Amino acid sequence: MTLMKSLMGAAASLALTAGAALAEPALIFDLGGKFDKSFNEAAFGGAQRWAEETGETFREIELQSEAQREQALRRFAEVGANPIVMAGFAFADALGQVAADYPDTKFVIIDMVVDAPNVRSVVFNEHEGSYLVGMMAAQASKSGTVGFIGGMDIPLIRKFACGYAQGVMASNPDAKVIANMTGTTPAAWNDPVKGSELTKAQISQGADVIYAAAGGTGVGVLQTAADEGILSIGVDSNQNHLHPGKVLTSMMKRVDNAVFSAFTDGVDMETGFNVMGLANGGVGYALDDNNASLVSADMQASVDAASAKIASGELVVHDYMSDDSCPALNF
Amino acid sequence: MDKMPKWADVVLIPLISLILAAAISALVILAIGEDPVEAVKLMVDGALGSTYGWGYTLYYATNFLFTGLAVSVAFHARMFNIGGEGQAMLGGLGAALVCLYIPWPHWTMALLGASLGAAIFGAAWAAIPAYLQAKRGSHIVITTIMFNFIAAAVLNYVLVNLLRPKGSMDPATARFSETVHLPTLHEMLAPLGIAFNKAGPANVSFLVAIAACVAIWLLIWHTKLGFEIRAFGKSEQGALYAGISPFKITMIAMLISGGLAGMMAINNVMGEAERLVLNATEGAGFIGIAVALMGRSHPFGVFLSAILFGFLYQGGAELALWTKIPREMIVVIQALVILFTGALDNMVRMPLEKIFIALRRVKA
Repeated sequence: MTLMKSLMGAAASLALTAGAALAEPALIFDLGGKFDKSFNEAAFGGAQRWAEETGETFREIELQSEAQREQALRRFAEVGANPIVMAGFAFADALGQVAADYPDTKFVIIDMVVDAPNVRSVVFNEHEGSYLVGMMAAQASKSGTVGFIGGMDIPLIRKFACGYAQGVMASNPDAKVIANMTGTTPAAWNDPVKGSELTKAQISQGADVIYAAAGGTGVGVLQTAADEGILSIGVDSNQNHLHPGKVLTSMMKRVDNAVFSAFTDGVDMETGFNVMGLANGGVGYALDDNNASLVSADMQASVDAASAKIASGELVVHDYMSDDSCPALNF
Repeated sequence: MDKMPKWADVVLIPLISLILAAAISALVILAIGEDPVEAVKLMVDGALGSTYGWGYTLYYATNFLFTGLAVSVAFHARMFNIGGEGQAMLGGLGAALVCLYIPWPHWTMALLGASLGAAIFGAAWAAIPAYLQAKRGSHIVITTIMFNFIAAAVLNYVLVNLLRPKGSMDPATARFSETVHLPTLHEMLAPLGIAFNKAGPANVSFLVAIAACVAIWLLIWHTKLGFEIRAFGKSEQGALYAGISPFKITMIAMLISGGLAGMMAINNVMGEAERLVLNATEGAGFIGIAVALMGRSHPFGVFLSAILFGFLYQGGAELALWTKIPREMIVVIQALVILFTGALDNMVRMPLEKIFIALRRVKA
């Protein structure tokens, strides 16, 4: 009986969506999947928030294969979905092919730049947010050694690491930063076991605060850090709640805001290059009940001061991707 | 005497298996609260209802044709080549190197060159397990599976460290030049006045795959080598007695098999992506096993089942696009079809055989 009911409900909702206006926005998740506790999930959160606030619906797809990147883009564009948001740099090649064929459709790509008149490229100043959490790590560390665990070894993640190391050095010039990458393939985004092993290895080298910028792998880093009694730093979403009192803070990369604002701006959005930094709330550090006891007033004051300086342009954090080198860290 | 007529073996068993798989899939879809009739309509419409759908269905089918043929050839020599995935990965590397580093004047020559490069790389990857099997008796199932992992690691290393353009974050090669672009069905049919959706990635390599089907049919049933392969597959002792070298046949069958799997690259690497990405094969090597099983290792059967799996893939993508059915569920549906047509063959076959024997008795 319940089966029948849900069946009829599903049929009814299908009929409804089929009849709805087709100017719905669409969101395409990368191969990692919608619920990765990190990047894709943040994008989904932004879309969800938009849907709740406006009461409207959006289309979404989790990709299964590489060939579907272009397919999903074209299909959504052809039925009139607008704007179409894609989460991840891997879409750049497909979007470069597709964008010109649908001049009336607005595309939004996150973490990558695609130069076309109908594309908004959203990139984040991850190095600025990482700088702030680096300062906090250096101040919270007792051993003077802090760690960084990245996901896949790509320039984007080195950008995280480089900003972090600069922040550490700013607070404690004598500090030592140990940086490791989980792997060189996309599998490195989802390998919590390896993340855990790297955490233990870094602890044995004296690290007592470890920053994980590794997608799903970070779950293993945070878990092991909590088990071993040291502090960790989360990434992308606010991960403080995963281990209350054990996660020093999270470097917030507001992918959700990027998706939310893209959906809100709708078809009339301004395209072009869109940088989300400290100045416009694109990145930041997380402070809530779960980590309030870990962040001292001094720490917060110094970080907020640095944040204001970076936002005003007085303090410039070196961006690894600008010249493929880092003054504070050797990879 | 056969237990049942040929047509029942070729048509009836796959058909019943398919219906069973569809029925259970329908139950699964019902259980998650979606409408199975609507889902089937979406799949059929999206995969076969337009030239757009066909463009993708035939693209996937081309992949499965190559890998299905690859597995079939090895089957005829009674070898289970599970390494199609790895061989196709290496084939992709071969095709990419040929496309990237040789300045081809025209796509036709590039296609020949890339086919050759892909086939040589794929065959070379199959040659090592084949040699180990022929000389040392290391079981080919185990070695080919292990070689899939080695292939993934090799490709990984080459893409990340050697072929990736500087500054790029994707572990992928640069885009191939415009001259090696293979005409898609849209571009091929437009001069004939046939409108074909330009989005579909199906390309000229579909025709190459069909040519490969014919070639394999000729090879297996109309040449001395084909006879030797089949004889070896039926009985190694008998073949040895007839003066057929097991070493030679093992090597040749596996080289052809690996070469065919490698040639898949002209479709997915050269035809579709036009660059080599990390997971370009996407399991087509494994699907090839199901395709060969379902096609009874006959090129025509492989052709039909490749189209069926192409339909499942493209239909599955349409489900993902337009319904809330999660992608994991679509994999479940695809897996059910593989399970019934490939693994549970005897479940349908045995009762059917009994029925046919009973029918014959009634007639007699």
